[in-house]
Amino acid sequence: MNSKALIVKNLRVRYYTSKGEVKAVDNVNFVIDEGSYLGIVGESGSGKSTLGYALLNLIPSPGKVVSGEVIVKGVNVLQLRGEELRRARGELVSIVFQDPFTTLDPVRRVGDQIVEVMKEHGISENEARDRIPELLESVGMPARLARSYPHQLSGGQRQRIAIAMAIALKPAVLVADEPTTALDVIVQRQIMDLLENARKLGTAIILITHDIALAAQRAELLAVMYAGKIVEIGPKDEVVNSPAHPYTKGLIKSVPGLTTIEWPEPIPGFPPDLTNPPKGCRFHPRCPYEIKICEEKEPPLVKVGNNHFAECWLLTHEGNANE
Amino acid sequence: MNEVILKAINVSKYFELRAYGKKRIVRAVDRVSLEVGENETLGLVGESGSGKSTLGRVILRIYKPTEGRVFFKGKEITALSETKLRPLRKEMQLIPQDPYASFNPLISVGEALSEPLLVHRIMDKNEAKEAILKIFERVGLVPPQEYFNRMPYQFSGGQLQRVAIARAMLLNPRFVVADEPTSSLDVSIRASILKLLKSFQKRYRQAVIFITHDLALARLVSDRIAVMYLGKIIEVGPTNEIFKHPLHPYTTALLTAIPTIDNYKAGKEVYLKGEIPDPSKIPSGCRLHPRCPLAEEICSKREPELVEVTPRHFVACHRAGEW
Repeated sequence: MNSKALIVKNLRVRYYTSKGEVKAVDNVNFVIDEGSYLGIVGESGSGKSTLGYALLNLIPSPGKVVSGEVIVKGVNVLQLRGEELRRARGELVSIVFQDPFTTLDPVRRVGDQIVEVMKEHGISENEARDRIPELLESVGMPARLARSYPHQLSGGQRQRIAIAMAIALKPAVLVADEPTTALDVIVQRQIMDLLENARKLGTAIILITHDIALAAQRAELLAVMYAGKIVEIGPKDEVVNSPAHPYTKGLIKSVPGLTTIEWPEPIPGFPPDLTNPPKGCRFHPRCPYEIKICEEKEPPLVKVGNNHFAECWLLTHEGNANE
Repeated sequence: MNEVILKAINVSKYFELRAYGKKRIVRAVDRVSLEVGENETLGLVGESGSGKSTLGRVILRIYKPTEGRVFFKGKEITALSETKLRPLRKEMQLIPQDPYASFNPLISVGEALSEPLLVHRIMDKNEAKEAILKIFERVGLVPPQEYFNRMPYQFSGGQLQRVAIARAMLLNPRFVVADEPTSSLDVSIRASILKLLKSFQKRYRQAVIFITHDLALARLVSDRIAVMYLGKIIEVGPTNEIFKHPLHPYTTALLTAIPTIDNYKAGKEVYLKGEIPDPSKIPSGCRLHPRCPLAEEICSKREPELVEVTPRHFVACHRAGEW
């Protein structure tokens, strides 16, 4: 049996705003194997990025992890503080953001920045400098570009640097938060191939994206988030070909394919305000299959296939009896 | 054949940039010809930096072309003054990508839509309000009275894009340029905005240029598709032809790279190196040659012309049909 790269248990994250408490991530659980590939898809406001930040214990104020565990290789990242936490980020779990400008220092050469990351984790300056050419090559960049400043690089090249930094210490888990949303499809493909390479070296990838087609093309496991919860998770092919949750069905129908000429169908309504999410199932006001119990009680997690789960009353005996 | 509504002949748009005392010429659009007929949608696709938005603005005469000629309903508008353009403006409309950027945040949308009608004495205040309420209803803002006095920030992105469509359609234009009208919206509501645009196009037999980087969307709404790369149209043809028999390596590379939910496979696969270059440094010969795996000696020396290979299907590639 494979050992686990990441175990997430009962994770809850709240933001405390003037409008009230935002339940951004609510009771999220999942497990991924070493070197596996999980895609987390959802619309804006679904909590997918917050979940990604929580995996690095990186929730910005006024947010807070209110409960749960994030265990990477046996270490609960949420309990680490200070120096220990700093080392865990990079060695256990690292992150690539949508806009690499937010992570790169604009006034320092990119090579120096990568060296700095390695030094912070106890690698000597000389060893770090020696590794730069190989590291840049692994992300498809000529070694001479180590002397560039971020603004001299294209968006795709900056993202390559960000990935080089993120995988320099061979973390168990790499969280990629919309890593290609700012890039064009051809460059997107190149960047996605790099993540694939990192995975071949043993790093588990968590791709967070609004693009279900991209996640479906790349990931082995697919998790669908809605209003702070994972409403469905399972092997990619099963989730795409036989989705169990009405939201997943809607999401798949809302994107146009290229083999048929079916018009995509919108999901009526809007995602809820998370300061005051709907009672019961959070999707019930938009759900075409809603039954009475949906607005009363939160649905349980139901096993619908091998390693495939969904939270929906329609999948339960109670739900069917009530109908 | 339907009446040609818009025709551009060899239009170019150059921008002059001055940075650090150096002058650079950016050839955003470089000798492009196209036409759109009544009741026809032309999809204009390309990556960012391909010049597609600039081309859209040149043919609407928001920009004056550096060279070339633009005709609207047979009348040359290339060099018309603002005063002479004004009566034509109501027949040519732009739907922008970001609705928040296109509305004055300080006035209500009702006022914003009334203003041009009143200034041009097309209607009096009551008639204007009536017309706006009517079009709000058509774009799905129901009940319309509720939206008339709202400020832009009180709308969601999808709703405000409906207001932008209402504004563009208010005077029943003959020609519409929709510039990435859904790319700032969540996937689940994109489809409804597209359907709305398509319904106006069909009902009023409008000529539409639909600018997008999303090939799947372009395929749904377009009768023909034109693919741009670095300021040039490199392939144009009937939508089905483009997807079934792409002739240009760049088009094929886009189709290879695009992730789809239904496992679409381009007939051939092409992988490009690197990224779209800076449009102030356009490569010699065929502008794709430094990235193209099929490039031969001639490709760096001579610029290929658009040639009709099968009926209405044009491609600019020295090696078209050879691979």
